Amino acid sequence: MAIRRRDFLKRAGLAAATLTLPRLARGTEAASIYDLERFGNARILHITDTHAQLNPVYFREPSVNIGIGEMAGRPPHLVGRAFLERFGIRPDSADAYAFTCLEFEKSAGRFGKLGGFAHLKTLVDRLRADVGERRSLLVDGGDLWQGTGLANVMQGRDMVEVANLLGIEAMTGHWEFTYGEQALRDNLERFKGEFLAQNVFLTEEAAFNDAPAFDKAIGRVFKPSIIKELGGRRVAIVGQAFPYTPIAHPKRFTPDWSFGIREEELQKHVDVLRGTDKVDAVVLLSHNGMDVDLKLASRVTGIDVILGGHTHDAVPQPMPVKNAGGTTLVTNAGSNGKFLAVLDLALDGGKVSDVRYRLLPVYSELLRPDPAMAELIGRVRAPHVADWSEKIATPDRLLYRRGNFSGPMDELICTALRTELNAEIALSPGFRWGVTALSGQAMTMEDLLAETAITYPETYVQEMTGAEIKDLLEDVCDNLFNADPYYQQGGDMVRAGGLSYTCTPDAAIGSRISELKLGNGKSLSASHRYKVAGWASVNGQPGAPVWDVVGKYLRSGRMMPERLGSGVTLKGVDGNPGIAGQG
Amino acid sequence: MTTTPKPHWRPHPTRRLILRGAASVALLGLGNLPFAAAPARAAANDKYPEEAFRQKSEADAIKALYGKTAEPSDKVKLDAPEIAENGGVVPISVTTTLEKVSSISFFVAENPSALAASYRIPDGTIPAVANRLKMARTTKLTAIVEADGKLYSATKEVKVTVGGCGG
Repeated sequence: MAIRRRDFLKRAGLAAATLTLPRLARGTEAASIYDLERFGNARILHITDTHAQLNPVYFREPSVNIGIGEMAGRPPHLVGRAFLERFGIRPDSADAYAFTCLEFEKSAGRFGKLGGFAHLKTLVDRLRADVGERRSLLVDGGDLWQGTGLANVMQGRDMVEVANLLGIEAMTGHWEFTYGEQALRDNLERFKGEFLAQNVFLTEEAAFNDAPAFDKAIGRVFKPSIIKELGGRRVAIVGQAFPYTPIAHPKRFTPDWSFGIREEELQKHVDVLRGTDKVDAVVLLSHNGMDVDLKLASRVTGIDVILGGHTHDAVPQPMPVKNAGGTTLVTNAGSNGKFLAVLDLALDGGKVSDVRYRLLPVYSELLRPDPAMAELIGRVRAPHVADWSEKIATPDRLLYRRGNFSGPMDELICTALRTELNAEIALSPGFRWGVTALSGQAMTMEDLLAETAITYPETYVQEMTGAEIKDLLEDVCDNLFNADPYYQQGGDMVRAGGLSYTCTPDAAIGSRISELKLGNGKSLSASHRYKVAGWASVNGQPGAPVWDVVGKYLRSGRMMPERLGSGVTLKGVDGNPGIAGQG
Repeated sequence: MTTTPKPHWRPHPTRRLILRGAASVALLGLGNLPFAAAPARAAANDKYPEEAFRQKSEADAIKALYGKTAEPSDKVKLDAPEIAENGGVVPISVTTTLEKVSSISFFVAENPSALAASYRIPDGTIPAVANRLKMARTTKLTAIVEADGKLYSATKEVKVTVGGCGG
């Protein structure tokens, strides 16, 4: 521990762009990286996509995050060294570890875990105290209630308690919806903040049947925005839930609700906030994903800042986007509790005159856990900890998930599915949550649940023709690489086990995927039927939950074979700064 | 069909929703059933456009229905989702600021027969139509507005996806 702290002090080549230089002379806790220069009259703190990670985690940022077309080489599609150069972060520094994949294992030993709600609470309270009463606001961009076994069995109730203690005043949602309307509404009864979503409307059938809605006249299900007085000025926070919830997840969870980006409704609402309510600033709390937000910012006017999430991009600086009404700043604040975004606004008679933005890594080694939050976390975890503390494996390599095409964690899941379900090919969803496990450190059932805990975990085995497999890969690939971000859903490519292929990201849908081969090197035949195992299907499936299947495999003492027979060869993206290595 | 007689009053939104709902049900037949089953109904001309509904491609359907081609116009406002929540019932709508509108038609390029629905708009009617269309797969959607004898169009791609795998 002491060595690690020293490492921080010595190495904290913290990005000038994001953090003030540590005042080394102080010598205490090295926490001076969190001493922020006072600026403006309103402070908004933003967390997003924490995925219910109550305790500090290891989470490796991607080494492959390709942008194509207009998005090529533009944040967030920069990884590794290209990322460091773009944002002026010193290699080998704590920030290089927090924001990139570079030398992850080595740095993990030096700088430790990030995040954790008790540590976050300490930091939030401190940054709020720094600016004084009624000058700050804490908002959450969604994916707060899902990502752990605990959140899954409690349907997010644990996270509502944590959110209340942390002081979250407004949030929007994505995975929150996968618990279904009743559980969502029950949780919102307990939540002390506001759940905001301008873009969720009743279906026509539900409206006809008089289903509950915040605004029945137009069928808007949730409150679209709140206005908060900060530093004597009025700031509107508008919520934007994940637009493709009923497509990315089983529709059965939200049968009465229709989502979408709803640009027009958003513009109308912003116009009312500006014209009628005369607010001094409009902030969009968005779960669109960064590319969608960048496009939206170019088309919708009157928004000062978009505080973004969903795509889990830790982007240290806001991207300014010009539109017909002025400029909108677009941010994205990373995932898994690793970061706390601090937006300081100088508000001046009906407008934002200046802005400071910092994306602070939550270094758990530098922050004293808040005792009340630590106690609450202990209490909510207590009933389940014993069940899930069994060691089920010791990884023989670094296991991470994040990356456009693959990651060793998903390779392991695919290997387990193929072995246990006796299938030639396995498919696993390209989720961006799921923490990183270090080589040689025990992995428990709780760790496995942190990769798999969803409300539709059932496995399946089915026969698919080679043509159907190709179509499926093409379909998901378009969700990732459509040249128009409004046609992207976020998430990464479906992971394939026992199957290799070539991908040309900048080709059109239908012609990105080629050279499909089985593990034994034989080409996939379009008409032959293959036995395919998988999980997280949007259609109901009868199989055992994926954590039981993978758990069984790991308990038998097996890990991954040396030769996987899977892999993706990329074409047409040479020199793209969104590629730094495998994954 | 939302054929509100006067443009000067704003219908109560709930009522409008019900009207739209009813219109969708009534018109699904035109959009989805085999054309042979549909009764003679008003379209671009007084006769049921059997030939046009029979055409496979969008270009042939437009030719059979109107006998001319359309020019893209930003006065035709086509609202449709980028990604359909359910390809079986995709809510779409068209409004236009064009004058003297006489018909509005929808074409789903990738459907087995491209013409999905065609509405005749009587004089003095607000030119606004909402419908739900079945889309077999990701497709170009075209709306054509016939105004003062000319054709104007708007297009949008609607993606029909297998779904899943969200972040």
